[in-house]
Amino acid sequence: MVRRHAIGAHYGLRDWLMQRITGLVIALYSIVLVVALVAGRLPLDAWQEMFAHTWFKLATFLTLISVFLHAWVGMRDIIMDYIRAAAIRLALEVLVAAALVVYTGWAIQILWGVR
Amino acid sequence: MAAPTPTTSPRRTYRNINVSDLARYRLPLPGIVSILHRISGALLFFFLWLILWLLQASATDTARFHTLYANPLVKVIVFALLWSVMHHLCAGIRYLYLDVSHRATDLKPARQTALAVIVVSLVLTLIVGIKLW
Repeated sequence: MVRRHAIGAHYGLRDWLMQRITGLVIALYSIVLVVALVAGRLPLDAWQEMFAHTWFKLATFLTLISVFLHAWVGMRDIIMDYIRAAAIRLALEVLVAAALVVYTGWAIQILWGVR
Repeated sequence: MAAPTPTTSPRRTYRNINVSDLARYRLPLPGIVSILHRISGALLFFFLWLILWLLQASATDTARFHTLYANPLVKVIVFALLWSVMHHLCAGIRYLYLDVSHRATDLKPARQTALAVIVVSLVLTLIVGIKLW
């Protein structure tokens, strides 16, 4: 049986953990990218050539999905903190979730789309 | 017999502070890092469409990327987002450290790491900003 806690001491643990794991993935990708950029190893043509590699597409995709999940937890926290009216809160959460699903589709199109 | 009068002196309390109290309320350094973490995160979410657009152009179409990036408004937003990434990254690493270390939550180390986050993220923004200009 799957226990789902809407309230109580354990509510939010999964989100808390997901925020840290996705954060680590994003941090790793960003740090490698920034170091390569500052070291001058990443001019625009070299950057574009990277996308020919499947492993780089997958690494970028994993990072983007982590960004979207991370943004979901973060934006939901912000909405829950500042918006009290249930209808507005729900509407904003739906808006954020919808945007992130659209972005996921867009990310796939960017990474695997025809040139 | 009359009830004894309370001997505690009245002290200023900050419960349910209003927006109008914000200027009066002195936020400690870790608090500043915390609210900036939230603001930078929200900023990055609001401009995710621009980030993906720039990613698409940079990965597939050099000419379109240069046209897009030459726009002064885009450039200003990109630099605001660059600071957001750096601050959010540094503050995020600090939060992971706070998760695993009890000492990190002591007043003095908490203040020191908060200051470090602000300074390091500004320096990184400057270094990468010059590179991206």
